[in-house]
Amino acid sequence: MADPSGAAGNSISRNGLLPLVVDKVSYRVGGSTLIDGVCFRLEDNRRTVILGPNGAGKSVLLRLCHGLLTPTSGRITWAGTAPAGTTGQRGLVFQRPVMLRRSVAANIDHVLKVRGIDRPERRELTDAALEQAGLAALALRPARTLSGGEQQRLAIARAWLLEPSVVLLDEPTANLDPGATRAVEDLIARLDATGAKIIMTTHDITQARRLADEVMFLHHGHLLEHAPAPEFFSGPRHPDAAGFIEGKLII
Amino acid sequence: MSTSIRTRTRSLVGLAALIAVWIPTLCAAESITVASTTSTENSGLFEYLLPEFTEDSGIEVRVVAVGTGQAIRIARNGDADVLFVHHRPSEEAFVAEGYGVRRYPVMHNDFVIVGPASDPAGISDTGDAAGALAAIARSRNIFASRGDDSGTHKKERSLWQAAGLDPAAAGDAWYRETGSGMGATLNTASAMDAYTLSDRGTWIRFGNKGDLVILSEGDPALFNPYGVILVNPGRHPHVRAEQGQAFIDWLVSPRGQRLIAAYRIDGEQAFFPDAGTRP
Amino acid sequence: MNDFSSALWTALDLVTRFDPDLVEIVVLSLEISLTAVLVATLIGLPLGAALALARFPGRHFLVIVLNALMGLPPVVVGLTIYLLLSRAGPLGAMGLLFTPAAMVIAQTVLVVPIIAALARQTVADLHEEYDEHLRAIGSGPGQRMATLLWDGRFRLLTAILAGFGRAIAEVGAVLIVGGNILHSTRVMTTTIALETSKGNLALALGLGLILVSLAISINAAAMLLGEAANRRYG
Repeated sequence: MADPSGAAGNSISRNGLLPLVVDKVSYRVGGSTLIDGVCFRLEDNRRTVILGPNGAGKSVLLRLCHGLLTPTSGRITWAGTAPAGTTGQRGLVFQRPVMLRRSVAANIDHVLKVRGIDRPERRELTDAALEQAGLAALALRPARTLSGGEQQRLAIARAWLLEPSVVLLDEPTANLDPGATRAVEDLIARLDATGAKIIMTTHDITQARRLADEVMFLHHGHLLEHAPAPEFFSGPRHPDAAGFIEGKLII
Repeated sequence: MSTSIRTRTRSLVGLAALIAVWIPTLCAAESITVASTTSTENSGLFEYLLPEFTEDSGIEVRVVAVGTGQAIRIARNGDADVLFVHHRPSEEAFVAEGYGVRRYPVMHNDFVIVGPASDPAGISDTGDAAGALAAIARSRNIFASRGDDSGTHKKERSLWQAAGLDPAAAGDAWYRETGSGMGATLNTASAMDAYTLSDRGTWIRFGNKGDLVILSEGDPALFNPYGVILVNPGRHPHVRAEQGQAFIDWLVSPRGQRLIAAYRIDGEQAFFPDAGTRP
Repeated sequence: MNDFSSALWTALDLVTRFDPDLVEIVVLSLEISLTAVLVATLIGLPLGAALALARFPGRHFLVIVLNALMGLPPVVVGLTIYLLLSRAGPLGAMGLLFTPAAMVIAQTVLVVPIIAALARQTVADLHEEYDEHLRAIGSGPGQRMATLLWDGRFRLLTAILAGFGRAIAEVGAVLIVGGNILHSTRVMTTTIALETSKGNLALALGLGLILVSLAISINAAAMLLGEAANRRYG
């Protein structure tokens, strides 16, 4: 389990997966272009937030980066390797978490089993992960009976196992109430402190303001702006981005 | 993965246990398979007779009871060691074609024509079977035929022929072919208050007679002889010829014949021994 | 109505006396059907799961055929297996005709489509739900199949029980390939058929009541076991 104190969290050395290079990537399906010619490079452990309205293509972009989807054109590499070769070093949290029809503990155990870890070690790691996410009391409950917030914390705990270098989160709090959102954001902060790189998507401007070190603004599948957070929020250059942070509906 | 090895071992042990339970049923101790008919089975003769043979000889007899046509088919394929049916022409053909070694007459009983007690066709006065059938045809009362190419069915057809009629071909509405065994046909006849031809053994033991009673019997044409034949080991080398012949020898032996004669259904003698008569 | 009450009394009498003939046919019925269901599960679960997950041309057609095979007429299956196992047939040398083994084969053939088709549906549904997550955590194809099968365990249990129901209630196929031989291949359903043909309707119905009660008990036991296991292991 990752060292919670973060003392060993040397941000540079733990990121064997960076830089993430997305080179002229497009994704077309069924006649629509969901991602169009996106280029960017992520090099350090700052918290990156991909911001944009619904339908911008944020989820698609995240899935492309993780290797769940294959770009129609262009290339994606993590430290020079294709996404498929490095799945084990990344965690992915979906907007709606997928809960197996098992107990909370079994959901975590399952990920470890998939990675080929032996039973005694799995037990230890599972217990630690449950502690970490504050779910120890719910260990034996069927995961599907948990609240939205609890399920999302479980999903993050799952992603957190085995010390991932990068954690991708796709609108993790979109369906949660403020209390649960707070708990999830705290967990993300702790995750960040261990040295994992956080790449998160959201359409919630205030959440982006709270969490982002760096912002990428996506709209209609185009990357319209990529800047450090203070710079972006004080005055975005692209008119659509500006309109968005003012709360306008941009078409 | 230690867990999956454990689960795998457990399932193998379970499977082995199941198979172990099976082995006794699969292993054939000394036994023969006899293809016979539902009428003989339904008469209860086998339940009474076979344990005696097994005690005398140590050979278990496994009877597959189906219609005569099917029984002959089974024997022809070599799926049985002995054939024990009651349709002489078919039996003789079976031997002539080389599927059987020799036909031994074993016993006989007779067929009866049953029908509703009120006897709307008035057949109880006719002494002869063909005449009775003709009366049924004339009055267009329902007649249930087995229609399954069994010994009983073949006998029935020969009686229609003797009466100069062919209701099957004519497609008469009152002639109902059930395509089933004797019991099923009797159930149908009972439910429809119909006339039908049955072997006496099945009839006496039949538990659902309803309103039906015997209305015509005794005509020599209703004579029902049983023959037993060893399936030709020359044709089917796997046939248990020795044990099969032992069974046949026992059936026609004085002891076997005595036991057959002694078999009673509801106090009546059901079968009359025939061995020693001309084959 | 007389036959019905008579049947009930007959059934109770046989059961309370532990009538040896009854015990014999019940035990044989269970042996054969449980073995058939076990084999059918071992074949049907992976088959159904594979069909749910694999993609190949003609897959859709195969799924339609599999679903249709759930309605295989037992008597046709029996006849086909008889022709295969007969001494005059291709597998005659094995001498399996008129043995319990032939009955297991027949029932297995009838049950595999049920388990496979229902497993396919279950796995396909779960696949839709779980696939992204399983791929995201780096699950291999074999692991994915195992996960889907395990998570679908309750629906699969229902499928297996459906298969068992079909097996234990079946008479057409086992009659043809087994021969209904006393003390050897005579099971509950073939006995019921035989007693019916002898006109012993009350006895036949009584045996039918016992058979139905047996099926209910087994289903109940399976469900209770399933729920207990669920509580323990989640």
